[in-house]
Amino acid sequence: MSVRARTAIGAVIGATLLAVLPGCGGGTSTGDSGGNSHPKTLTYWASNQGASLEDDKAKLTPELQAFEKQTGITVKLEVVPWSDLLNRILGATSSGQGPDVLNIGNTWSASLQTTGALLPFDDQTFAKIGGKGRFQESALASTGASGKTPTAVPLYSLAYGLYYNKKMFADAGISKPPATWDELVQDGRRLTTGGRYGLAVEGANVSENVHHAFVFAKQHGADFFDASGNPTFTSPGAVEGVKQYVDFIARDKIAAAGNAEYDQNQSIQDFATGKAAMLLWQAAGPNLQKHGMKPDQYGVAPVPVQSGTPGPGQNIDSMVAGINMAVFKNSQNLDGALKFVQFMTSDAEQKKLNGAYGSIPPVKTAAQDPAFSNPELTVLRNTIATSAAPLPQVPKESQFEELVGGAIKDLLADAAAGRPVTTQSVQQRLAKAQQQM
Amino acid sequence: MPDRSPTAPPPSFVWTGRIVLTLLTVFSLLPVYVMLSSSLKPLRDVTGAFRWIPDHLTARPYVDIWRTIPLGRYFVNSIIVATAATGLSVLVATFAAYAVSRYRFRGKRVFTITVLSTQMFPGILFLLPLFLLYVGIGNTTGIALYGSRGGLILTYLTFSLPFSIWMLVGYFDSIPRGLDEAALVDGCGPLRALFRVIVPAALPGIVAVAIYAFMTAWSEVLFASVMTNDTTRTLAIGLRAYATETDVYWNQVMAASLVVSVPVVAGFLLLQRYLVAGLTAGAVK
Amino acid sequence: MTTTVHRQAPPAGREPRPARGRSGLFHFIPERVRRAGLPYLLLLPALFFELIVHVIPMVLGVVMSFKELTQVYIRHWWGAPWSGTGNYRVAVRFNAPIGRALLDSFLITCAFTVLAVGLCWLLGTTAAILMQDRFRGRGVLRAVFLTPYALPLYASVIVWAFMFQHDNGLVNHVLHDQLGVTGDRPFWLIGDNSFWSLLVVSVWRNWPFAFLCVMAGLQNIPRELYEASAIDGAGIWQQIRRITLPSLRSVNQVLVLVLFLWTFNDFATPFVLFGRSAPAAGDLISVHIYSASFVTWNFGTGSAMSVLMLLFLSLVTAGYLLTTNRTRKNRA
Repeated sequence: MSVRARTAIGAVIGATLLAVLPGCGGGTSTGDSGGNSHPKTLTYWASNQGASLEDDKAKLTPELQAFEKQTGITVKLEVVPWSDLLNRILGATSSGQGPDVLNIGNTWSASLQTTGALLPFDDQTFAKIGGKGRFQESALASTGASGKTPTAVPLYSLAYGLYYNKKMFADAGISKPPATWDELVQDGRRLTTGGRYGLAVEGANVSENVHHAFVFAKQHGADFFDASGNPTFTSPGAVEGVKQYVDFIARDKIAAAGNAEYDQNQSIQDFATGKAAMLLWQAAGPNLQKHGMKPDQYGVAPVPVQSGTPGPGQNIDSMVAGINMAVFKNSQNLDGALKFVQFMTSDAEQKKLNGAYGSIPPVKTAAQDPAFSNPELTVLRNTIATSAAPLPQVPKESQFEELVGGAIKDLLADAAAGRPVTTQSVQQRLAKAQQQM
Repeated sequence: MPDRSPTAPPPSFVWTGRIVLTLLTVFSLLPVYVMLSSSLKPLRDVTGAFRWIPDHLTARPYVDIWRTIPLGRYFVNSIIVATAATGLSVLVATFAAYAVSRYRFRGKRVFTITVLSTQMFPGILFLLPLFLLYVGIGNTTGIALYGSRGGLILTYLTFSLPFSIWMLVGYFDSIPRGLDEAALVDGCGPLRALFRVIVPAALPGIVAVAIYAFMTAWSEVLFASVMTNDTTRTLAIGLRAYATETDVYWNQVMAASLVVSVPVVAGFLLLQRYLVAGLTAGAVK
Repeated sequence: MTTTVHRQAPPAGREPRPARGRSGLFHFIPERVRRAGLPYLLLLPALFFELIVHVIPMVLGVVMSFKELTQVYIRHWWGAPWSGTGNYRVAVRFNAPIGRALLDSFLITCAFTVLAVGLCWLLGTTAAILMQDRFRGRGVLRAVFLTPYALPLYASVIVWAFMFQHDNGLVNHVLHDQLGVTGDRPFWLIGDNSFWSLLVVSVWRNWPFAFLCVMAGLQNIPRELYEASAIDGAGIWQQIRRITLPSLRSVNQVLVLVLFLWTFNDFATPFVLFGRSAPAAGDLISVHIYSASFVTWNFGTGSAMSVLMLLFLSLVTAGYLLTTNRTRKNRA
């Protein structure tokens, strides 16, 4: 290569390297420190909560306009689909170029907390948005690792309930929904006849699997992580719990083998069309109605426990599901961002938005609103208040979901293919997942 | 057009050929049929048991697709990005391939090997660095590559470049040197020789490369999901938005895919006659 | 026969000189410089783009592979602590689960790639040769064959996922309900069969590309060759073996290599077909690395795994080019 060409290439490499390396090029936006140099605008990344991106925009835009009227701050909204959200946050975190305010899945809280990119909500900051005391404790517990300053506030909350088909129950002579798992399996067996099944599970959906495994493990007195954050996937209780879930297909056969490949909400469809009599889901109501099921055709009960009634400790019957709101530390409109968080968590907005999305307000006073007291939401609201616990708030949560959820998916696939699933095989599979952490 | 042989092939060959082509047609079109029939069904029928003939026909999805997501905008983005990336990629590759095919110079080997080896890079390896590079360039020079169509065009044109260069070198090599040598002797400049003689002769190859470059940009998923925002999002990832938090609009996904594919297939139909023109059609003799 | 078809590059001395005497576009540059500089000038744009988009990011990626780049450091990746060869050691410790899983995924990917590339090439070449002769409807058929290539990847893979469903899919409907060849409905998207479903989808999507390239390559075979061989009494199979395939050798050399590299690095197809947690039999290496890095934001390990793949692919490619070039020379 000629000398000149070599120099030219060298120059291009040099210039671009300068551009990526810090200190030489990185403009102000990559800096750490936020401020208030752009007090008139905010960028907000909303997650997709409604029936479509456009639907979300339609629901949020009037609220953002109201906020602008109140404060004079224009909010630029982008609804980010779930398939892109984590990658976009990755981009924003690594480059320092992102929104001011954004929604995150509450299970991501601890993981994103450790990046140091999000604004910590210490008591002083919480005071600016109306105080910590306004929020439901269980929802607050899913805003970051325990003992650390949270980096998000709860926005929408959800919990699992047991949905059952009233007519199928009546036809099978079952008078009330099961309260324990033994009852559920018994009822399930009675309901499993003629191509219909007792229960529908979303077996290939990694997250769903983990949510259920978490509850089952809790009910067996186990946790997937110990107090210092080390994985304990193979504790007897965790193995028991996972096996109990897999057994719906493997041993009890109250769920169809085909459920092992569901990951596109097919279980909702199966329930709505009467192919399955029970479903464990978060606020499935609006979706069921969309599939043609009427509210009086299904009942909602708390998710069963091993014995007794749902409550704290071993009688947890749901994970705390929901969406949190976070602020990027390097926002150039920190005051405005906090004003916006305050606005979105105000009683009025909480009622409106949670009402529109079919979720429960994590703000206690808003949750008392009669709008959230229909039979379905009452069950979910009580669950959040009394018997729901957050998924492990550890930095490696996403890895945990991936590995344990994937392991359960494999076990369910084994079960569906007719291979035996034993305590030992469950334990082996979880041991492998644990080692991969 | 070079027909294979002036004498007709034996019937056994013809019949094997017909059977193979029929099977390939079925293989190619079966998913397209499923797509088409699903796009004409109401949502609950789509997720139900498969039927060859839809029970209820509806054109509704074709209306709804425009409202569920900003399909029109995604489509325009995709067309702009893919077309620009294709045009630039073909142009740049033509220059490079001409140099490699017709000149001897120091560094040729290094160049060809480097270019080919870039095809080996796993996308995962350089997604994050490339993204950081774009943001850095933006901060330093003010050229917004991150989140812009320009950034995507730059990325995709380079993705298709290595293969385009290699393919074109192959096609150019197979054009007799006598052709452009004659042009050079006649006093043409090298660039004129390239565009007057070589490009027309290599047209099938260039069209094949262009189709390839277009499709690379048209269906890339991974980089687009990090590098675009609401206004610059392309179809390839935009279509995923039909799967929302509460619902998956299967029939609309299918309808939208068919709608956006029509112009592309039409483009293929138009271009495919250039695939068979070219060299032997007149240039050789 | 083959030598007449396949043109070797002429020895250097006979390369054409750039135009003499005539002042073209670059008349202001002295003749001598122009002559030596022209090839570089022609390469410059390509070089520039390759550097920005491929080479520099890749160098950065290699640097990252020596760092402990987890979510803790992602905000200042250059400040992440060096981990030496730690990431690599984790990746190649094949008796530990992470290394073992990587090795399994690697082997699956190799098997998948060999089969997929072979089938794509076979189908593409067969179809192109069968359509070499003009017949009625050839243009339409060509467009039909290119259609899978034109459909957006997401949609076409989703359609296949639909067709492969256990309960409601077309494949089981045909195999089980209509033909009755399987006793039970098999699973295609989970378990061991997922390998075959992935293979089918990948071949369906990529064979049109092979078809396209071979078809373009066939255009350059002079008709006289066929005429001459027909006069010599060669049958159709002999013509294919002696004229068509040898003439395609240089197209094939690139085509097979590129198909190999793509298929090996394919991310989107398995990702859309199986979601983020692929069954072991369909766990291709790029999805594997994606879940090891993007899902968990651990880019150090992910980059190390990618670099290992890169090394492997470089070895394969170098070996491939050496062998094919030698064969070409020997035959010529």
